Amino acid sequence: MTNSVLTNSASTGDVMVRVEGLRKSYGTVEAVRGVSLEVHRGQVVVLIGPSGCGKSTFLRCLNLLEAPSAGTLQVGERTIDFGSGHSMPHGRALARFRARIGMVFQQFDLFPHMTALRNVMAGPVIVKKMAAAEAEAIARALLAKVGLGAFTGRYPRELSGGQQQRVAIARAMAMAPEVMLFDEVTSALDPELVGEVLDVMKQLAIEGTTMIVVTHEMAFARDVADRVVVMDAGQVVEQGVAEEVLLQPKNPRTASFLSRFHSTIGERKGPLSS
Amino acid sequence: MAYKWDFGVLYAYLNLWVKGLSVTLAYSAGTVLGGLIIGVICGMLLLYRRKWVTLPVHYYVEIFRCTPLLVQIVWFYYALPIVLSVELPAWLAAGLGLTLYMGAFSTEIFRGGIISIDKGQWQAARALGMTGGELMRHIILPQAIKRMVPPFVNQSIIQLKNTSLLYVVAVPDLMYTGSVVVADTFRPLEVYTSVGIMYFAILYPLTLWATRMEARVDQ
Repeated sequence: MTNSVLTNSASTGDVMVRVEGLRKSYGTVEAVRGVSLEVHRGQVVVLIGPSGCGKSTFLRCLNLLEAPSAGTLQVGERTIDFGSGHSMPHGRALARFRARIGMVFQQFDLFPHMTALRNVMAGPVIVKKMAAAEAEAIARALLAKVGLGAFTGRYPRELSGGQQQRVAIARAMAMAPEVMLFDEVTSALDPELVGEVLDVMKQLAIEGTTMIVVTHEMAFARDVADRVVVMDAGQVVEQGVAEEVLLQPKNPRTASFLSRFHSTIGERKGPLSS
Repeated sequence: MAYKWDFGVLYAYLNLWVKGLSVTLAYSAGTVLGGLIIGVICGMLLLYRRKWVTLPVHYYVEIFRCTPLLVQIVWFYYALPIVLSVELPAWLAAGLGLTLYMGAFSTEIFRGGIISIDKGQWQAARALGMTGGELMRHIILPQAIKRMVPPFVNQSIIQLKNTSLLYVVAVPDLMYTGSVVVADTFRPLEVYTSVGIMYFAILYPLTLWATRMEARVDQ
């Protein structure tokens, strides 16, 4: 496999992620109640829904940070069944499964004892056992790409929230993942810093990165998403092309959720559109 | 009539003092090191989710935290040989008690250091595909060790003072040496004042250093 960090072809067709009937319960509470989803190579799928609807839990199930209670999950060629009679992968097998999925978190979670450069090198060096020089070249290229070429030597505490989140994106991309998961990555940022992070994500989308994005940024969903999936109470209530779902929702629950955002969806910002 | 202080008489026992001081320092170093090793192992075990692993460690820690060290030393000296029906030399019985005591506190310090690391660090490392060992070695421990050092140094300082309890089972440490010299000279004021000064002279620089370390970790 070639290292396709910087040049991802946007060919659609092959399924990168396939989820069937995924469930996740905590005791008697079922947070995800049978969600199915298919994401093709190069697609950007945006998950929206009211808070507590299970979208973040669903996302965390995809790289097994949460162990699904039932269902089937396929990432690349690897398929895993969950539920009684099936066992979760663990140890090295679990780690290898996760290594092919990039994830960016709300709180950035950079490693505070490492510089920006070391943070981005961490995955390749520690997980892939890549030679430091090779990993450094990848890391420098990625940091330049997210606009932080001049900040490689900075520690996370010396960076703004937006800068930290861009480092976190570069860190995940350094593993050349098959799919990138974004879990409300702009929710912890000051409003004036949101744009720089969304711009980086738009750039990744244009270059053909397969992305599943949980967000409340409706303008981003409208401009970048190939498909918008609306979740409520642990289930998918509606999905389809961004414009249709956001502007002419069929489901009353979608409509009521979206009514709070209409000012954002209506206005067109950049020339960028999917 | 005012008491006439005479520290001069203590010089006659110089080699006893040197011996007592070295016993105190050796017990401190030995039991701190032994306790550290126990603490790392038991602290790691406490991170396992299996009850049959964590429960014995939990009880070990609580038994040693919730009984007085003096009771432990005396128990190891008098009771343990009977329980095991082996003759334990005083130095070993006493040292065992002190080591296990230090081990119990070190276990808590180690565990506390590990769990003080933000959950986000664990999940970010796991999401990158690190195994448990990799994330512990490269992500968690480098951050946690910095936080463990100040409480560990503090506990070591307490431990050095605690070695004075060895006195009760006739281990010839600094405190016991003091009692020997008192019996010989009938000068308890000079002797115990000197003993106190010697402990202070060792520990004061250590506490200053520990305070500096804490300030550095807080940055």
